[in-house]
Amino acid sequence: MAKGKTNSGPRKPKLAVWKFSSCDGCQLSLLDCEDELLTVADSVDIAYFLEATRAELPGPYDVSLVEGSISTPHDAERIHKVRRQSKLLVTIGACATSGGIQALRNFKDLDPFINAVYAHPEYIDSLAKSTPIQDHVKVDFELRGCPIDKGQLLEVINALLNGRKPNIATHGQCIDCKRQGNVCVMVAHGQPCLGPVTQVGCGTLCPGCQRACYGCFGPTETPNTASLARWLGDRQGHGKREVKHLFRGFTGYADAFRKESEIHE
Amino acid sequence: MTGEAGAFGAPRVLAAKALDQLITLLAQDGYEVIGPTERDGAVVYDTVDGAADLPLGRLDEQEGGSYRLKSSRKAGYFHHVVGPHNWKRFLYPPHQVLFTAARRRGGFSITVPDAAPPKRAFVGVRACDLAAIQKQDTVFTGRDYKDPGYAARRAAALVVAVNCTRAGGTCFCASMGTGPQVGPGYDLVLTERLTGDRHEFLAQAGSQAGADLLDKLKGRAAKDDDVKAAEAAVTKASRSMGRTMVDGVETLLKENLEHPRWDEVARRCLYCANCTMVCPTCFCSNTQDETSLDGNEAQRVRTWNSCFSIEFSYIHGGAIRREGRSRYRQWITHKLAHWHDQFGSSGCTGCGRCITWCPVGIDITEEARAIAADKGRTKT
Repeated sequence: MAKGKTNSGPRKPKLAVWKFSSCDGCQLSLLDCEDELLTVADSVDIAYFLEATRAELPGPYDVSLVEGSISTPHDAERIHKVRRQSKLLVTIGACATSGGIQALRNFKDLDPFINAVYAHPEYIDSLAKSTPIQDHVKVDFELRGCPIDKGQLLEVINALLNGRKPNIATHGQCIDCKRQGNVCVMVAHGQPCLGPVTQVGCGTLCPGCQRACYGCFGPTETPNTASLARWLGDRQGHGKREVKHLFRGFTGYADAFRKESEIHE
Repeated sequence: MTGEAGAFGAPRVLAAKALDQLITLLAQDGYEVIGPTERDGAVVYDTVDGAADLPLGRLDEQEGGSYRLKSSRKAGYFHHVVGPHNWKRFLYPPHQVLFTAARRRGGFSITVPDAAPPKRAFVGVRACDLAAIQKQDTVFTGRDYKDPGYAARRAAALVVAVNCTRAGGTCFCASMGTGPQVGPGYDLVLTERLTGDRHEFLAQAGSQAGADLLDKLKGRAAKDDDVKAAEAAVTKASRSMGRTMVDGVETLLKENLEHPRWDEVARRCLYCANCTMVCPTCFCSNTQDETSLDGNEAQRVRTWNSCFSIEFSYIHGGAIRREGRSRYRQWITHKLAHWHDQFGSSGCTGCGRCITWCPVGIDITEEARAIAADKGRTKT
């Protein structure tokens, strides 16, 4: 071993944050880390993060956080460049993991929407469907949510820095509701709640305020949407259209939710 | 903490207002008093400062997947039955830090959190729930390896039990042999009586602590009629249980592990784990390590988990119980059958919470009955 102390510790991981079709809310969760932000900034080299800094370092990157869905031909091409430059690619948020709210267009023809919304439809170059990142490139880890949970984002960065597996559960919301002592809005109030089939992670934001879960974190590991839909319809008297719309929300294009909503078309 | 009923003095009759006095006395003795209180449309267990915090005049209507609170002039403080909470929340909390670790030069040091828990008085513990606490006592302290955290919290707990004089729509303690008459193990047991303009409690001490409380609450000596009336009310409750567990369920389930009913229930089961979370005896947990960002501090945390989650049965290479049928069968056979082999009794107390709080109303008694009615069949 060489004598004398060295000032440089192990090389800091290079982090890049990429935006595709999205609202930027998930990237903001990183800037929203407040108390932990300085430690994070100190632990990683922020090499590319336009939301935070104009400085750009060239790839390759140790970790890429990818926000947004693939919604344009340009997106579809660019995601491959990101993948090529990234050792680990982590998708963040409902857009990147399920196509996002903009994937509602996937259930209809795109052109009438473009014609109705834009003054100059000829300038718009969109794909017929908004799709999640994993439909295009290999994804190493995904963080759900609309937006993602700041605690979960920190956990992933933390696990990466400390060389361990992230503690990100894939079971349903109900376990968290019960741990927190929330009264079930479905059983006690007859609200149509997606919690039993929605992945945990938000800290039961809605049911904790006595409002049924919107499903922002997408389907659980084994979602029995058919049984939930049957109960909502047959026993709680919610109509077919209501059940369809319930599943067709922020993560409506996630496989399990999409298939269930199509049954109630 | 415990003692033979009757060994700590004769029963006494207390006016309803003594309940408030009891809560005050407990608080003066340094207890955090936990009791039933209404929140967000249900009776939950939380800190209570006086009798005014209890759900006087409220009744719960319970069915599979449904719970509603209603007002009733016939309802006293304890005519509701059990809600979504149970006492394991306090004795076996959903989030426990087991130890913290700090990196030191050349190694690390471990600190175990201070093991002195708060003194807590549980007011309104029903027969099924006292039985559940005793089942968890066996799990955590009754065998070779004792859980020091549980043992300390349990030793610091005082139990004011309540005999049920009304059974709920999903109750089946009578067929599990745990209630509605509270068994030994309480410090004080109350039977509430509300007839005409009389509102009072028959109270019986079950420990020296309970006897001391009863001395301070005074009241009057109970007459034979008081005791008989209380017994009659409890007997009436035992005859009006909303549900019944079939006889011989332990053997029945063990002999029907390949029954087609497991596939049928799996079509309805959401794997949401609500049944296990509200169950007062379910004790499965997840243990994981958390680190600080710089890696210099870590803690090992235990949280409630469930045999219904995939990660729960994950071993290297994958999860063992991937199919819904395997997960539901694991839960019900452990609860009703293999618990006997492991802990010497059933793991079910008949409280009915798993039925009420299942979002799609799956009924443990109905599943057992369906297998009993069609036993011996195997999956084709």
